[in-house]
Amino acid sequence: MRARFVVAKVAGSLATLAFVLVVNFFLFRVVNDDPTASMFRGRNMSADQIQQRREQFDLTGSRLEQFIAYVGQTLRGNLGDSFLSNRPVTTEIREAIWPTVALVGTSTVFAMVIGITLGIYAGWRRRSKFDVASTSFSMFTYSVPDFWLGMLLLAFFSVSLGWFPTGGFEDAGSTATGLTALLDQAHHMVLPALTLTLAYIGEYMIVMRSSILDTVGEDYLQLARAKGLRDADVRKRHAVPNALLPVVSLTALNFGFILSGAIAVESIFSWPGLGQATLEAIRGPDFPMLQGLFLLFSASLIVANLAVDLLYGFLDPRVAGR
Amino acid sequence: MSLLELRDLRVTYRSERGDVPAVRGVSLTIERGQTVGLAGESGCGKSTIAGAVLRLLPKGTLVEGSILFDGEDVYEMTPGRLRAVRWSGAAIVFQGALHSLNPVRRVGSQIEEAIMLHSADLGLDRSQARRRVGELLERVGLRVDRARSYPHQMSGGQRQRVLIALALACEPDLLIADEPTTALDVMVQAQVLALLADLQADRGLALLFITHDLSVLNSVCERLMVMYAGRVVEEGPSRELFADPRHPYGRALSQAFPTIGDRASRMHPTGLPGDPPDPAALPSGCAFHPRCDVAIDECSALDVALRDVNAGHRAACVHVEPPNKRVTNKSVTS
Amino acid sequence: MSDVTSGPASEPVVDPAPGDHPPIAYSPRAAAWARRRASFAQLARSVRSDRIAFGGLVVLVLFIVMAVAAPLISSRSGLSAVDSVGNLAWARPSWEFPMGTDHLGRSVAAQFVWGARVSLFVGFAATVLTVGIGSFVGIVAGFFGGWTDSVMMRLTDWFLVIPFLPLAIVLATVLDRSLWNIVFVIGVTTWPATARLVRAQVLTVKQRLYVDRARALGASRTHIVGRHILPNVAPLILANVTLAVPISILTETTLAFLGLADPNQTSWGKTLEEAFGAGAISRNAWWYYLPAGLGIVAVVLAFTLFGRALEEILDPRLRKRSRGQR
Repeated sequence: MRARFVVAKVAGSLATLAFVLVVNFFLFRVVNDDPTASMFRGRNMSADQIQQRREQFDLTGSRLEQFIAYVGQTLRGNLGDSFLSNRPVTTEIREAIWPTVALVGTSTVFAMVIGITLGIYAGWRRRSKFDVASTSFSMFTYSVPDFWLGMLLLAFFSVSLGWFPTGGFEDAGSTATGLTALLDQAHHMVLPALTLTLAYIGEYMIVMRSSILDTVGEDYLQLARAKGLRDADVRKRHAVPNALLPVVSLTALNFGFILSGAIAVESIFSWPGLGQATLEAIRGPDFPMLQGLFLLFSASLIVANLAVDLLYGFLDPRVAGR
Repeated sequence: MSLLELRDLRVTYRSERGDVPAVRGVSLTIERGQTVGLAGESGCGKSTIAGAVLRLLPKGTLVEGSILFDGEDVYEMTPGRLRAVRWSGAAIVFQGALHSLNPVRRVGSQIEEAIMLHSADLGLDRSQARRRVGELLERVGLRVDRARSYPHQMSGGQRQRVLIALALACEPDLLIADEPTTALDVMVQAQVLALLADLQADRGLALLFITHDLSVLNSVCERLMVMYAGRVVEEGPSRELFADPRHPYGRALSQAFPTIGDRASRMHPTGLPGDPPDPAALPSGCAFHPRCDVAIDECSALDVALRDVNAGHRAACVHVEPPNKRVTNKSVTS
Repeated sequence: MSDVTSGPASEPVVDPAPGDHPPIAYSPRAAAWARRRASFAQLARSVRSDRIAFGGLVVLVLFIVMAVAAPLISSRSGLSAVDSVGNLAWARPSWEFPMGTDHLGRSVAAQFVWGARVSLFVGFAATVLTVGIGSFVGIVAGFFGGWTDSVMMRLTDWFLVIPFLPLAIVLATVLDRSLWNIVFVIGVTTWPATARLVRAQVLTVKQRLYVDRARALGASRTHIVGRHILPNVAPLILANVTLAVPISILTETTLAFLGLADPNQTSWGKTLEEAFGAGAISRNAWWYYLPAGLGIVAVVLAFTLFGRALEEILDPRLRKRSRGQR
């Protein structure tokens, strides 16, 4: 991969990140000009106390000064303190991030692996019973609202059958540590992960199938067959590597939605992750938290896009200027 | 025993619109070391024949008649035997278009793959195979380091050479070249043709050269066959076919390409009116009669079989009489 | 995923069926319209013959009719908590209440019928906004290129980079909770995808020779956009619309579930929010949360199936593939 390609992509990502910083800052200022007003609703405070609070939350000075202060702080890793809990935003986020990453990461991996595999076989044997069945299944799960699916699973597996807990990250009041704790958490994660996996599978399957269908008519497959390759090898060695490429770029697009799209499902299962944190921050409104969360979501999406761009450049020799 | 024998081959594609007869009874033989050209417009069925020989036609296609390769019926072979025969018995040189080669794999590895598939027969291990790839590339006029290139990094002419090298990889007895020079400009075309002729002579390969460009066949092939609407309408030694084509279509084809330097052909370019017939809706009788300038009433009712013009030269036209009774051809340059 | 499909030549080319001849016209304009009518008739015929597409269309029409006829089917009082005081709460489905009652004794069936209105309305209206903005941005950016293109694409990229649900939530929080605001929020957050698609298609069309030729002939910009670019982009936009509606409906459902919808209107998402909040799950009151969800699935599925079939019909390239050539 040409160095120029890598540098260009990284530079582009940094530029987008900078842009995001700017816009995020001004977005929240536009949304709520003076948070102190809403913060101190109904409380009696002297002018001095209010001024003190203002300084504490960096709400003094001109808009531009505030912005510079904001950028400076952010680069130093300080995202301010939560309005609601008074703890640093970074701490709040750190506590909430693992449950979300565990849940969303697991679900995405499963959905990708299963969805892509289904898509490959369905596209390769077009119009077969397998194809019809898996396409119908994918279209169905794609049409279902993810949180409603969660509700159904909850009703059936948790309330009716009692196999799984109704929510939460681990059993309340549990003091277990180590492996026991991990197993307990995994047990709690089954239903939400199942919900998200089912919700995501459809898109991967449909896109992969479509991509394989595009590949099936290509000349180089006929050449591969003429050389004496078995059908399965033609598929594995020639069709799939080409067909995977568009799916890779779809993954990038999805990453950002994944982190934040789990909001509704986290709500159903009372999963203490970033989704819950976002909802609480909105109800506040807790602006430092919101700003911090927004930054995190956007940054993760930018990084995911960058990773996928680089991966694509590695996989497809036509792109990276080799 | 002939190397390749097609006996009354009929191929019918199945589609949602109904059956489409692409090849309607073609018989031909190719002996070892022989060079045969197959010419015709697009849609006449010539590419179908290339695919049929190695059983590469889409699933569900109806194939009737028989194809015998070295005495074995290709359509009776077990899948294992078929895969062994593919490439090492007969290989196809495809058109060097951009997507004839896998775009995400290096060119050398694609040739190596072919060799390794038949490594048992060839008795080569991986490192020997790699060396052979280099030899093959050199033989077709490419630098050995080209093995590490990707298809999109090469020109059309270079890709065509790669495809030729690839076809030779397992030392086949028969080379089927399917429109190998169509996408190339004239200078490169000449180079590739010279290369093919050279290789053929060098290795004693049998060659089936498929193209729509008749002028190309003259220099490479001993025998020529002209196809129209799924049938062979004329066949014979190439020089004779060029000099004295007897089927109106064969005549039109050979005259469609002006001879450089010949004022007569330049002043009277001859095209052929009309379009190739839709295989799903062929005209009655002789399929060519709607476009024929010497058609008579019988032609719309009578489907003519190949008739002898003289030894080795046959044409499927109602006007063809045996050698001692010649019919003066109407002037076709008017 | 196949990248942007290349559109047909100047007029959408739909093979005329045998015997399908436009009437003899006396002016070019009349001839053009006759041709368009014939194309549309052919399109309608294709849709009817594709059973899946037709099925999807039928389901959609049924739901739309139900939504529009809501006042005739079930009275509004069924939605009011005040009027429902005398009813048994959490009642299972019965003759009087075909879908049972909720935690306040209100008829779930009434919520279903009236909720359909809002869900469908928001779905359509938001899509109009989405596709409208997206197409406009896409066409302008693609056609004019240069600075305009760069600026608009930066804007689009920013929207794509901001995770869409949090943005929608923030906007919905900031604005008053009303029907039109939800429409606005959805439209404003989902147009980038359309813009990208449309722009790519415009770029493809722009490259085609006949645009250059039209310019050489002295055609004005409006003429080129109207006569050459639009007809080739229109099928893509149409297919995009049918696929954008389900996304809008699903988004409204999610936003409503998160409590951001108009409190005075009932929608399917709102029904689900209330069901969940009232503990329908632990009470196993499946009649409360099942219908709304199924309704959403039915409508979204119908749109998606119809949309994909429409896409296949309109795009000759896809059509060829489905005939199994090669």
